[in-house]
Amino acid sequence: MPIVMDADRIARTLTRIAHEILERNRVLDELAFVGIRSRGFPLARRLARIIHEINGHDVPTGALDVTLYRDDLMRKSVGTQPVIQSTEIAFSIDDKHILLVDDVLYTGRTIRSALDALVEFGRPRSIQLVVLVDRGHRELPIKADYVGKNLPTSPTQSVQVYLAEIDGRDEVEIRE
Amino acid sequence: MKKDLLEIADLSSDEIYQVLDTAEAMREIGERPIKKVPTMRGKTVVNLFYEPSTRTRTSFEIAEKRLSADTLNVAVASSSVLKGETLFDTAKNIEAMAPDVIVLRHPSSGACHMLARICRSRIINAGDGMHEHPTQALLDAFTIRQHKKRVDGLKVAIVGDLLHSRVMRSNALLLTMLGADVWVSAPPTLVPSGIDRLGVKVSTSVDEVVEGADVIMMLRIQHERMQGAFFPSLREYFNVFGMTAERVGRAKPDVIIMHPGPMNRGVEIASDVADGPYSVILEQVANGVAVRMAVLYLLAGGAEAD
Repeated sequence: MPIVMDADRIARTLTRIAHEILERNRVLDELAFVGIRSRGFPLARRLARIIHEINGHDVPTGALDVTLYRDDLMRKSVGTQPVIQSTEIAFSIDDKHILLVDDVLYTGRTIRSALDALVEFGRPRSIQLVVLVDRGHRELPIKADYVGKNLPTSPTQSVQVYLAEIDGRDEVEIRE
Repeated sequence: MKKDLLEIADLSSDEIYQVLDTAEAMREIGERPIKKVPTMRGKTVVNLFYEPSTRTRTSFEIAEKRLSADTLNVAVASSSVLKGETLFDTAKNIEAMAPDVIVLRHPSSGACHMLARICRSRIINAGDGMHEHPTQALLDAFTIRQHKKRVDGLKVAIVGDLLHSRVMRSNALLLTMLGADVWVSAPPTLVPSGIDRLGVKVSTSVDEVVEGADVIMMLRIQHERMQGAFFPSLREYFNVFGMTAERVGRAKPDVIIMHPGPMNRGVEIASDVADGPYSVILEQVANGVAVRMAVLYLLAGGAEAD
């Protein structure tokens, strides 16, 4: 399986994205991270930590599970339902500039679900999208504001992101 | 999970934990400013209640609405049942309108099983006669786990009208499946025969079952199901089997007191215990919504499309 990003590459990519976020958002008080479960959340926490190391500012970070907002949940009548993890957004998102974080951007449907979920928590001033990998093949008009790596793939391949917090190692790999 | 939730035997211990974990996530939805997710949009749920119920019916209805299902309540008092229609025919007629889920409460044990055989809709048992009340047992297990962080190895004392109690049957089966040590106590006239097959230990001494208990679960004296004298008087029942502060003192210092409701204060439970610091009775009610959302989600949804 070809490994397209190793731990070092992921770390440097996140540092670069953190700098881009600071470059584009001058007023840090109104920023907040929301990471999509499962792997968007640890990425959001890492970005918050890097920003803290750069300028000492603490950006609040929440976790969002979008399972209940998916458009494919009720399409088949039997089988196991996906596991729901908890959503923890311990701050008001009203009037905040939200940085929505996910690991892989593919069809855009997860992001669509996340946008639906987010607007029920309040009315953010803006939502910007951060992804570690953009693998193309969008099915909805959605575009990321910060991209770690553009990865041309075919729809038959799958892109798997492993993160130390969940999987014990940092790696991005393409599977046939 | 299977097509229906009729009894605890429909669930494996893994599935029980899946319901409890999912309920954990569902609970957070009730704390949001907009207490609603679109998960069951376009699904129809019929709540068919042949017995009076406030808690269970309200709880199911709130759970369904929070998942965006279309719900309708058929209360028997205003339905064709009064004109003599059988459960079979009522069910067939409701089925013809193609609801996705039917939640049934019925005074006859096994009514849900019959419905499950004749209906394509998924059936959730909301209490059938003296048989089972699986969602109550799930919310009780959820409440226990919330306080004790586990169910395995806990001593659970269930005291009261064991004979008529579907709550006891579902709880005994579920809690023993998860590894709890379940003790039950009641007057001999209110102990059903064959109760030991539920895997519980029986004693007529309340003090013995409460001794060192982590959880005390009180059951309601079900006057409406009692034809005949099962004990001399309510006062005597309270003196011998009622849960008083003194009896609670025999349990572990961090014991929790549960009751599925509705309570008969001064019959099975003293008011100061029901309202006291160990009581989690209202938490049970709050958790009921999250647990029923979890059951609806896990039953009524489908597999991942990809």
